[in-house]
Amino acid sequence: MKTEVTGAQAASIAMKHLNPDVVSAFPITPQTDIMMEFGQYVADGEVSTDLILVESEHSAMSAAVGASAAGVRAMTATSSAGLALMFEILGVASGSRLPIIMNVVNRALSSPINIHCDHSDSMDCRDIGWIQLYSENAQEVYDNTIIGTKLAESVKLPVMVMQDGFINSHCLQNIELLEDKKVNEFAGELKPVNSLLDFKKPVTIGPLQLTDYYFETKRQQSEALSDAYKDYIKFCREFAKISGRSYDYVEEYKLKDAKHIIVALNSTCGAVKDVVDELRNRGEKVGLLKIRMFRPFPYERVFNALKKCKSVTVLDRSESFGANPPLMSEVKNSLSSAHVIINSVIYGLGGREFTEEDVKLIFNNMIKGKKVKHYAGCRE
Amino acid sequence: MQGVNIKELTAKPEKLASGHRSCAGCAFPIIVRTILAATDDDVVVSCATGCLEVTTTIYPYTSWNVPFIHNAFENASATLSGVIAAYKSLKKKGRIKKPVKFVAFGGDGGTYDIGLQSLSGALERGEDFVYVCYDNQAYMNTGVQRSSATPRRADTTTTPVGEARQGKIEWKKDLTKIAIAHNINYVAQASPHNFMDLLRKAEKAFNTKGPSVLIVLSPCPLGWKSQPAMTIKIAKLAVETNFWPLYEYEHGSYILNYENDNPKPVSEFLKTQGRFKHLFKKGNEMLLKEIQDKIDERWRQLRTLCGKK
Repeated sequence: MKTEVTGAQAASIAMKHLNPDVVSAFPITPQTDIMMEFGQYVADGEVSTDLILVESEHSAMSAAVGASAAGVRAMTATSSAGLALMFEILGVASGSRLPIIMNVVNRALSSPINIHCDHSDSMDCRDIGWIQLYSENAQEVYDNTIIGTKLAESVKLPVMVMQDGFINSHCLQNIELLEDKKVNEFAGELKPVNSLLDFKKPVTIGPLQLTDYYFETKRQQSEALSDAYKDYIKFCREFAKISGRSYDYVEEYKLKDAKHIIVALNSTCGAVKDVVDELRNRGEKVGLLKIRMFRPFPYERVFNALKKCKSVTVLDRSESFGANPPLMSEVKNSLSSAHVIINSVIYGLGGREFTEEDVKLIFNNMIKGKKVKHYAGCRE
Repeated sequence: MQGVNIKELTAKPEKLASGHRSCAGCAFPIIVRTILAATDDDVVVSCATGCLEVTTTIYPYTSWNVPFIHNAFENASATLSGVIAAYKSLKKKGRIKKPVKFVAFGGDGGTYDIGLQSLSGALERGEDFVYVCYDNQAYMNTGVQRSSATPRRADTTTTPVGEARQGKIEWKKDLTKIAIAHNINYVAQASPHNFMDLLRKAEKAFNTKGPSVLIVLSPCPLGWKSQPAMTIKIAKLAVETNFWPLYEYEHGSYILNYENDNPKPVSEFLKTQGRFKHLFKKGNEMLLKEIQDKIDERWRQLRTLCGKK
């Protein structure tokens, strides 16, 4: 069933199909559209969800933790400052092994305050123990939310599904939806190990662990992310059977014989693909490596995809102040044993326009062996 | 539950088991056990970070014989909102049938200060739960730092007594009034020395539709610099001196639960605790008088609210 929706709507429709027991929400631009849409589903009785409209994102995540600890499917969504405010409780969610599902509409962080897209919000949360899936377009938002839910509940870890604020969240796109029934069959029913509402087996969730147990708990958490890595590809294959859409940790776009490759996340990949097509028509061997799963990071896949090329340019839409930017850093780690030139480009901070011309300039400089400027589209 | 006597109370199953690590003379085990004894329904406990949480849940042990969740310092109420939403959702689907009670515990730091927003949100949303603040009047878990519940002139580690300043300068925040301002159905101040009164209030709170708030004075020998064996006596003195009046706010009306025609001077309460020792030094008579005057003023206001002359 084809339908025209925005990225935000794609997230809320996926949530509707997954029919969470509890959703908590607090408004923030540009996430708001997801919750307005979902609020309508609740009002129209299209979902059986208990919607809690809390007084902050901190409470939104806290309520999601409470609901998930009570053994039900819990979801929320946020952006930017909202994600930053949740930060403390993101660690509680992952440390308590609660499979919460959260759509994040990427937006720049203060200061200066800015409502437009960059990835500094979700990148600041990359080490907090959540699975992170990035989405190029509305279709991937929808699909990632469904696959992410199954994955989260399988390995008992929370998952964040990212999409670019405004560029994706507010732009109409044609996407293919699945029937509710198919989504439900795929995602299955949540089977919690413990629940606060199981009075025959009362549990203490969130205890104090000191020097004698904390370390092992953290190690188990790390191992759960390794399990998530294995399960993800399995679920992608299952999902392909019901949707006809095949996913992987990464998308290799015209990489087979590519000599010069751009690595990127989210909506920018669309623009890069167009430029790759254009340059390929001119006989240039260029390609794109799109990263879909950022946590756990697919080091081996990235290595195999890039090891034979001449040069790589990693596009980062966020800074890691005083260090290599986040995506660049991981790509560099992946390629430590390969002889590949690696360039780093920071682009699009605070929603700064990044056009196909900018991509072309990067590819042309790579092809000619010229210096690739570290800041794209930024005044000197 | 109506009209339970003490003997029957002792026969009830313990929801907070002994063997936890709270200090000798700490009042909160009495408070928690009394409150949890006030309902026979299944109950879920949410607890803010603080003494109660750290002394009762040291992994791999737990003192809780009922489902318990600790999330963080400032969000016991929001966390419980999530549990309640899960319960409502499962109830709607027929997957849970029995009535369940929900209670959140927080110290004064987790309630008056860092958890106030989360509490206010849950009260405004009308969540059907009981919020209990065990008010020991400072951040005791981190080593006796002042909170907005610390009374004026108390000696804490962040408001020490020195040449230029004698303890905390500010007056205690009136959280009970803040809770009442949410137009909820039941709010009460209680004290562990009168546990039948506390039990009755807890019962009322559990049976009130929507949110209820209980604020219970919780003497802390460590922070108050008092004798562990004196905890109950000190709590009693707090009430008898009008330092901590026992009253209820029920469906729009104020009810005074304890009144003495000749209340004891507040110094009787203050002198039991090392945190107020400096007030009894020569030359500090004015500081003591100032506290007494404030207590008298607040008592008059409370009496008026309770419809007394």
